[in-house]
This record gives sequence, C-alpha cells and structure tokens, in this order.
Amino acid sequence: MDQLQLLVSGLANGCVYGLIALGFVLIYKATEAVNFAQGDFMMLGAFVALGLTNAEYMALPFWLAAPLSILVMAVLGYLLDLLVLRRLFGQSQIAVVILTIALGFVIRFVAGAIWGHEPQTLQSPLSQGDISLGGVVLSVVDLAVIVVTVLLTITLYQFFQRTRLGLAMQAASQNQMAAYVMGIPVKRVQGLIWGISGATAAVAGILFASKGAMDPNAGLLGIKAFAAAVIGGFGSLPGALVGGLIVGVIEPFAARYLAAGYSQIAPYALLLAVLVFRPHGLISQTRMKKV
Amino acid sequence: MGEPLLEIRNLESFYGPIMAIRGVSLTVEPGQIVTVLGANGAGKSTLLRTISGLMDPEKGEIHFAGRPIHGQEPHKVVEAGIVHVPEGREVFPLLTVDENLTLGAYTRRDRTEIARDREKVFDYFPILAERRHQEAGTLSGGQQQMLAIGRGLMLRPRIMLLDEPSLGLSPLLVQEIFAILRRLNADEGVTMVLVEQNARVALDLAHAGYVMEIGRVVMNGSADRLKNSEDIQAFYLGQQEVGQRGEKRWKRKKTWR
Ligand SMILES: Nc1ncnc2c1ncn2[C@@H]1O[C@H](COP(=O)(O)OP(=O)(O)O)[C@@H](O)[C@H]1O
Ligand SMILES: [Mg+2]
Repeated sequence: MDQLQLLVSGLANGCVYGLIALGFVLIYKATEAVNFAQGDFMMLGAFVALGLTNAEYMALPFWLAAPLSILVMAVLGYLLDLLVLRRLFGQSQIAVVILTIALGFVIRFVAGAIWGHEPQTLQSPLSQGDISLGGVVLSVVDLAVIVVTVLLTITLYQFFQRTRLGLAMQAASQNQMAAYVMGIPVKRVQGLIWGISGATAAVAGILFASKGAMDPNAGLLGIKAFAAAVIGGFGSLPGALVGGLIVGVIEPFAARYLAAGYSQIAPYALLLAVLVFRPHGLISQTRMKKV
Repeated sequence: MGEPLLEIRNLESFYGPIMAIRGVSLTVEPGQIVTVLGANGAGKSTLLRTISGLMDPEKGEIHFAGRPIHGQEPHKVVEAGIVHVPEGREVFPLLTVDENLTLGAYTRRDRTEIARDREKVFDYFPILAERRHQEAGTLSGGQQQMLAIGRGLMLRPRIMLLDEPSLGLSPLLVQEIFAILRRLNADEGVTMVLVEQNARVALDLAHAGYVMEIGRVVMNGSADRLKNSEDIQAFYLGQQEVGQRGEKRWKRKKTWR
C-alpha cells in the first residue's frame, strides 16, 4: 500500500513536470525554439496567484485569483512574443534560446524583489489534508493535481482537434510555409501559442504551490521538465505529459529503493538511456516527408 | 480582352544581396492559364512567392483585379482570392486529408458552400475521398500533389499559382493531373499561373506563356507561338535535330541573348 502512496505522489509531481514540459513542446513545435524560461513562467504564475490570494497580500478569493493569474500569464506570454521575440525574426534560434535563458534570470530577480526569497505557501483550497481509502492515506492535493491536469489535457486536446484555431495552430507548427499560403496569420497564431503556454505554466505553478512551500528558485525544476519533454519525444504533446509522469514516478521510487546519491540522478540516467536507445523520444511524431 | 486579373510590372525581388527577380512584367487575363517556363534557378518560384506575399518585392508593382497587393501579408493576399500551391507538395503531414482540405478554406465562413466545394474536390480527385481519414504524410507523392491542389481549390480562388505540379511524378500521373487542371479551367473557370520546367505539357495546357532566365523574362507570347518557336523547341521541348555535321541544334547560339 506504501507503493500506491508513492505512486500517487509521484504522479502528482509528474503532472507538474508534464505541464511544464507541455509548455516546452508547444513553443518548440510552433517556433522551433526552446523557451528555457518555461520553469520560471511556472514560478511566476504561482507567485502571481499567491500575491492575489494570500491573506498577507491582496487576499482575493482563490477561485477568482486562480483564473486571473492564468489570464495574466497568458497575456504575458503573448506580449513577450509580440514585443520581444518577433523582433528577433530572422535571427538564429540560438538567439531566442539565449534570450529565454536571460529572461529566466530576470523573472527570478523580479519575483524575488516583489515577493522576497523566503519560501511561501499558496493559500489554496486544494491543499486540504488527507483522505484515507481502505487503509491507504492519500493527500487531497495530490489527487487534485492529477484531476486538474487530466481536465486541462482534455481541454487542450479538444481545442487542438476540434476548433478552427486549434487546427490552424497544428498546421502552422507542421508546415509554416503552407500555413502562410492558406491564409493563416502565422505570426498571430504563434503569439497565441505563447499565450497558451503561459497559461499552462500558470496552472502548473498554482498546482505546484498548492503542494508545498516555494521560493523564486522553484523555476529551476524546469530542467527536470525539460528532461521529461525530451524523454517523451520533444515534438509530441502526449509525449511531454507521459515523460513528465515517468520522471515524477521514478523520483520517489528511486529515493526509496536506491542509495542516496543515485536517486537524484535517476531521471537524468533515464534521459541518457532514452537519448541513446530512442533518440526521437518514447512517443515520437517525426515522420519523413515523402519524396 | 478587358481588364487583366493579374498585372505585374517591373518586379524585383532579393534574397539578401542576391537579386532573384530582375524586372519581370507579366499579365494574366481572367480565365486564362499562363505558364512560366524556365530552367532551375531562373526565378520562377521566387516570382510566385513574391505574388503570394511570402516575399516582399524591392521594386515594382503587383495589381490584382485592379488593386495593388505587393508587400502585403500573405493572409491578406489569400483573402483577395489568390492561392499559391508551392513546389514540393507542401501538405500538413500529420493532419488527415480532410483536415488539410478544411484548412484550405481557413479564410472562408460559408459552411454550406465549403461543404459543396469539398465534394467538388472529391469529384475531381476521387482518391482523396477514399483516403480522407488518412494522414497526409502517408500519401504517395502524386496523391500529395493532388491534395495540395485540392486544398488550394477549397479557397475557391480567383487565381491559382501552381509551382511545378509535375515535379517528380511519373508521366502518367502528370497527364492525369494536367487533365484535371484543364477541366478545372474549362468547367470552373479557374485562372492559373502555371510554373513548369516541363515545357511540353505546360504549353499544351496553357493559353499563353513566358520564358524566364536568370531572373528575367526573355520571351513571351501565345502558347502556340511559343510551341513553334525554334528556341523553345531546341531548349525546352528537347527536339534536338541532328545537323549536317552531326552537331546537336542546342549548341547553336540562343537568339534572345
Ligand atoms: N531561400 C533562398 N535563399 C537564397 N537564394 C535563393 C533562395 N531560394 C532561391 N534562391 C536563389 O534565387 C534564384 C531563383 O530561385 P528560384 O526562384 O527557386 O528558381 P526556380 O524556381 O526557377 O528554380 C536562384 O539563383 C536561387 O539560387
Ligand atoms: Mg522553383
């Protein structure tokens, strides 16, 4: 029964990694650049929610603060693309990557300046004790994280499959030139994808901050999410989630059954193994163009 | 003849410092098929990219139905009724045939008409109906070319810019696709600019033609006139008559230089 608890808490962590990984993959598919600030987006989203809802700050009701912070992060993502990244148009992808790394530092600095460097906990109705199911004690927040992630995944899936804009986003990421000549406003679509990835980061942040205390360096777990994205196959949205879940589940089990020094490197050992044996990731979507 | 549908004047386009189009002028009347011939690197694709707004011209003008369209964003050009079918079968590989067609009508809102046009595309390309739930990336080359053309038709374009639809296809498939293009022009009145290296099939289909070389138009006229021109025959139609001393005709100096 112990294993079940490990599994659930691992899955809950994995959901957070998976949602950040989803942000990586969304941006990568749309623009072929990697947003290394994705973890810091998550952290910022969490702090925006915390700043809006915690009693010592603005003390708004949580169910108002949560959507507001998601909206704020979506707008931020969109504006980042509109005001900064579009000016880099024509530069190499390396320029975008370096810019996002620098942006990560800036976000950490700004969050520290506004909210301080002490660990803080989001006052969230999700973090409400434990429930016991037939002798197994599971934390409510872990279950809530899993449920929210599942719902968000279904929503995103429906959006990309069923709506005209979602289809256009897929098209623009699969063949940018063809998207242009179909009359899809590719640049605006990319901006909206930055918005979606900002919103996803905010959800991940709210879930993460509901699970425990966090400080402005929390975004550094973006590195694990990056590993998760690569494990899943960098071009695949389901792969990102699966990769996140795998990394999340491996961690507590490795910590339980492996010697101390080894458990921390378990996710990266898996990353290396995947890169060696399945270089396109576990769920790869790359397919050669027919000649 | 009335007002031309597409009129290009002294167009110049660059890739960085490289001048790929060096002052091209071209006119397309409504209902016409105009072919643009030329060897690899002549600037044919660049010309189409400049018309569809993928590239901005450095100089010159493009007028469509009397309105200037040069330098506009590609989606504005599409909204005006110009569809570009780029070379190399640029489909959306992970989307189904149906979804690809849906995206062809991205700028349209008239649902019932869109459904009617989808049926029409399936009429012209029955294989696409058969494969409608298949991912486009798994189609054969010829089927992908048909999908690219069909997707272009979904816009219900006033003019279609086709870039080497015959490239890499078997002669039989080329004949099939060109027969469909002929029907589309005759029955639906679709105006076309057809870029080709395959001069024989292109001139059989087109009403008029232009010949490009290193970014310039070196010859133009009705398809019949071009077909009968000695230079075209020698350099593009491959009728290399063996001369008295056994030299091939193509060693002769070109008259347009
Ligand atoms: N993306 C590009 N970057 C730089 N030069 C290019 C590019 N595409 C084409 N060119 C150059 O522009 C000229 C015209 O090319 P293109 O329009 O593709 O010719 P065509 O379609 O007639 O074969 C060629 O000299 C080619 O090398
Ligand atoms: Mg070409």
